[in-house]
Amino acid sequence: MSAARDDLAFINRQSFIELQARERAKALFDAETARELVGPFDRVESPWLPLQGVTPQSDDGCVVMKGKISGRPAVVVALEGAFQGGSLGEVSGAKLTAALDLARADSERGILTAAVLLLETGGVRLQEANLGLAAIAEIMAAILALRPYAPVISVVAGTVGCFGGMSLAAGLSSYIVMTREARLGLNGPEVIEQESGIDEFDSSDRALIWAIHGGEQRYATGLADALVEDDTQQVGAAIRGLIAKGVPTVHRSSQVAVYRKRIEALDPTRQFDPKELRAQWGAGDSAPDGISAGGVSAGEEERS
Amino acid sequence: MSEYTGARGTAWFRALTGNLPPMTGDPRSVLTADASIGDTRARFLCVVPDPQARFPCARHGEVGLEEAYTLATRVREVIDSDQNIVKRPIIAIVDVKSQAYGRREETAAIFLAAAAAADAYGSARLAGHPVIALVVGHAFSGGFLTHGYQANRILAFDDDGVMIHAMHKEAAARITRRSVENLDKLGKTIPPLSYDVRDFAKLGLLHKLLHVENPDHPSETETRKVRDELLAAIEDARRSPWDLRNRLESKEARDTRRATIRTRALLETQWREEPGQTGS
Repeated sequence: MSAARDDLAFINRQSFIELQARERAKALFDAETARELVGPFDRVESPWLPLQGVTPQSDDGCVVMKGKISGRPAVVVALEGAFQGGSLGEVSGAKLTAALDLARADSERGILTAAVLLLETGGVRLQEANLGLAAIAEIMAAILALRPYAPVISVVAGTVGCFGGMSLAAGLSSYIVMTREARLGLNGPEVIEQESGIDEFDSSDRALIWAIHGGEQRYATGLADALVEDDTQQVGAAIRGLIAKGVPTVHRSSQVAVYRKRIEALDPTRQFDPKELRAQWGAGDSAPDGISAGGVSAGEEERS
Repeated sequence: MSEYTGARGTAWFRALTGNLPPMTGDPRSVLTADASIGDTRARFLCVVPDPQARFPCARHGEVGLEEAYTLATRVREVIDSDQNIVKRPIIAIVDVKSQAYGRREETAAIFLAAAAAADAYGSARLAGHPVIALVVGHAFSGGFLTHGYQANRILAFDDDGVMIHAMHKEAAARITRRSVENLDKLGKTIPPLSYDVRDFAKLGLLHKLLHVENPDHPSETETRKVRDELLAAIEDARRSPWDLRNRLESKEARDTRRATIRTRALLETQWREEPGQTGS
């Protein structure tokens, strides 16, 4: 592809990040198949925010849509990063868990239903603290129960990133799709700076942040399965590709021996160089499926 | 309010396993042993502080990369070896400060390590192992998600030294722009905000609160009592479905988590409707 054509594609692209959660979810379905469940007109709101003087939102920042992708049943759950940082409260958590549970129930009776999670989230909503944490534990349990039947695909596209407990939900997913703008990690830079000091992590160092948490790095180290441009077409195509691929033989979070060895091989007397890590974890490993640049294949697990 | 020391985890691990030496070959921050409980054997796991741990941000009882992968390994070992026999109970003794907050951890994808441990516990539960979490001290945030929160049944000591929460109090106050005093006050009327385990019990997530006289120094009588409670929880788990629905069925949950129950019911109804029938 020529550079000129790339430029044209870039100009003509429809940004995925700039869409709101509802539009993002809808854009992924086959035309005319999506319908929203427990939408804003149902007015299921957080019961805890008004008690603290915070205005709730009629969808609690979580959009659930059911329909078809590539002609197959699918559910998409989109978190709205613009409402409370995409954080999980009781209601948004219950919507996400219930969607996964229902996809599992359908899948168990033969209607295989994939789940796509659009994660723009800082994790637990602190105004609902323990109910947010409990919801995330239940979301994780629901992902684990669904993924033997149908793929669970986590997409981290926007600049909010995916942090806190929800990074574990991403980690449990069958596949992770990221953009270069997106970040994925357990603890954000500000939290680390607060807890462990500026010498550990300077949260104003943007280059450092993206070198560690950024989509390009996660993909290059085999921790994400697809790296896409901020382009609705590309995000959709990646998701359709992964749904067609189906359930992985061994999920990444079950490949314990491989990753444990990799951690043992690191020298923690110094900080790790993200570039070196790409060389160690990335290309070179067998990736027979061709999707994951540095992904760990099932074969590697068996050898170890 | 109690400072985290991590001493309780070690104390209860020793008491409940009858001072068995922990399995060798693992980082010293993870204690594992197979010990008798009733007429069965169970795998006991505990994360404890190791001031000499290889990773500097995981030396004070945090769950870091090595802790998470060790837990995952030791739990998967049980799943693999019990495939065709009665599933051994797995008991997570929980006294964790938090997840590890470090740059090394983020670079080496602690999110995946934590997911791997949760995957192992959750997979054990789905495979039919009774997984019981016993919270004897602190259970914070990512640390608890990694070690304990995938259990079929959660037991906790009814004690001021027990704290289950999404974030440490000072940090939560700072981020929500409140004073610690204000946060404490709010916790009295808004149970999910509270740092008191008795308020946590109101959320309906616990199987049971256990009263123990001296949680720092388990006596023989108290150890026996806790063991009996663990056995009862194991039996209860064996009789029940392997998902987490019990966290919504308790009397407390039916009250405090009404919004969850309502949301789930509504979503299920709409899910089953044929396309075109919904108004929105």
